[in-house]
Amino acid sequence: MSVMTMVKAINNALEIKLKEDEHIVVYGEDVGVEGGVFRVTEGLQKKYGTERVFDSPLAESGIVGTALGMAVSGLRPVVELQFEGFTFPAFNQILSNVARIQNRSRGKYKAPMVIRFPYGGGVNALEHHSDSPEALFAHIPGLKVVIPSTPHDAKGLMIAALESNDPIIFMEPKRIYRAIKQEVPDEKYTLPLDKARVVQEGSDITLVAFGAMIRECQKAIVMAEEAGISVELIDLRSIYPIDRETIRTSVRKTGRMIVVAEAHESFSVGSELIAIANEEAFLYLEAPPRRVGGFDTIVPLAQGEPYYIISPDRIFYEIEKTIHF
Amino acid sequence: MTQDDLPAIFRDFNPLDDKILQIIDREGKLIRKDLMPELDDATIIDAYRQMLYERTADEMAVSYQRQGRMYTFTPNLGQEAIHIAAGMNIRHEDWLVPAFREMGTLLSKGVTMKEMFLFYLGNEWGGSFQNAHHTLPIAISIGTQLQHATGVGYSVKYRRKDETVFTFIGDGGTSEGDFSEALNFAGVWQVPVIFTIQNNQYAISVPVQKQTNSINLAVKSVAFGIPGIKVDGNDFFAMYLAYKTAAEHARSGRGPILIEALTYRLGAHTTSDDPSKYRKKEEEQLWGKSDPLIRLKRYMQDAGIWSIDEEQLREQYKAEIDREFTEAENEKSYPLEDVFTHIYSDMPDELRRQKSEYEQFLSWKEKRG
Repeated sequence: MSVMTMVKAINNALEIKLKEDEHIVVYGEDVGVEGGVFRVTEGLQKKYGTERVFDSPLAESGIVGTALGMAVSGLRPVVELQFEGFTFPAFNQILSNVARIQNRSRGKYKAPMVIRFPYGGGVNALEHHSDSPEALFAHIPGLKVVIPSTPHDAKGLMIAALESNDPIIFMEPKRIYRAIKQEVPDEKYTLPLDKARVVQEGSDITLVAFGAMIRECQKAIVMAEEAGISVELIDLRSIYPIDRETIRTSVRKTGRMIVVAEAHESFSVGSELIAIANEEAFLYLEAPPRRVGGFDTIVPLAQGEPYYIISPDRIFYEIEKTIHF
Repeated sequence: MTQDDLPAIFRDFNPLDDKILQIIDREGKLIRKDLMPELDDATIIDAYRQMLYERTADEMAVSYQRQGRMYTFTPNLGQEAIHIAAGMNIRHEDWLVPAFREMGTLLSKGVTMKEMFLFYLGNEWGGSFQNAHHTLPIAISIGTQLQHATGVGYSVKYRRKDETVFTFIGDGGTSEGDFSEALNFAGVWQVPVIFTIQNNQYAISVPVQKQTNSINLAVKSVAFGIPGIKVDGNDFFAMYLAYKTAAEHARSGRGPILIEALTYRLGAHTTSDDPSKYRKKEEEQLWGKSDPLIRLKRYMQDAGIWSIDEEQLREQYKAEIDREFTEAENEKSYPLEDVFTHIYSDMPDELRRQKSEYEQFLSWKEKRG
């Protein structure tokens, strides 16, 4: 075991797989010499050489489009897009080709590749650096969308992603890149790419969240427990495929559900979860399932962001409202 | 790359001077004997036969569509010299990353007309080209395929394989960002990719003059530091020489090449398109005189090697192609399974649920009668 941040845990996962599988190549903007703007790939070029870990020209469509070419011809590329706000030049390649090549070729070609990028707010950043576009990717057939919330999960999910034969969108909550330190096994392990994790069990209400919101929910749960409310917390881990089973079991037990997510509320992952709660647990519900999400607005710059970002007391406020519905 | 490292024709036909590589003229007369590739008579005859096969298959596909027996088709008429010249230089181990108007090259990689027809009849199995080695499916999203070709090139180089990548785009596609990105990455990475722009003068209705202010399309290679050449795309011998030279260049580890093949789309963009709305009959007739089959045939007649009974051969091809179409047409089976199976390597629970719910609907429907 070693104490790791999420940055270190992902770096460790990449290192384990680079060592084990010569088909893995890692590239993107600044990932080589600099080790990425968040240092996720730090030291990898030195160890594995410029042919396997390298800086590419600054063009996201080119990064993803060439990665698909590599993936269909025997490699397993891992590409970094520098921020979620810069994924959109690559969106056409992702939607039109990466997600579709397997179906288009009837399985003759697969796209074993990982597209990873930091996402989410709360870091006082410039525009295009605070968004949560997971629903945009989760809506595309052919992709799997994964979001870790701890260093331990980040490592296990990343290794699983690097061994998957399907293209994986791996979204990294930049706000907790270094905020959480955790004991992480040094050896290789994987976590399933379609299973949520019950972070803590409870009986009165189910909170569903992922990424940086898990930690905020945990803070809210402390407040709820003081008020005598027992909360079950589910970390989704995989946005798509979504773990319907875990949601069903939990909501049938508690009868109440709140989804906490940074993304704009309308047409969000929360909307999907509410649909699932209705389909799977309608007769068990004691209160309407709710979303606590970002507004349907542009994420404000630093001075306005406190309005937008979801705080623990806002989550607690929503828990109380739902309990007393 | 210095000028001295370039193959001679890339120096002599510098796109900055807007020169065009041509070996036989519009009448089929040999005008550059010095550049004539060394091809024996049988090979030239074979090239003509392949071009005729593509032409015949193309005409029949349009006719099946007109009869209402097939959906939208993208005709190749007038561009056969490019496709067959490329096909004759592409080896089994080489990669083909097509756009959607390279039927002859696909056939040379082992794609069958039955598969082509099945694809245009609306079945993904046809377009998957299962038995064509190192051949990607048709790319409809304009220009995106060039990025894949560059990535395949990186993979080939990384795995130390002797494989060359052939990829295609149209004149309109050169305006896409992906065109520039793919050439830029290929230049930086020095990958063995031969990019062909089939400049057939029109992107549906928009003439190439509205796509770019560049003097030609080959010149775009200059900015990316890769060799480029403009070639008469209706001259089989010029195209053959261009591909042979480009392949030698790429295979010797000297990086990518851009070929602009100047041609003319004698047919419509697709069977849903009506070119009379945006171009003149006279223009079509003028280009019709530069038909690559007519030019090659005239050359062969002049050279005394024309030995083909064209009518008889056409009839033979028609019968073969019609057999393939009938087979494709009769292959009506599209099980529900096929909709779901190839989206992921292992079907996620959500897809299983959707499929099973639909199956329940189907059995309800069947019981209801």
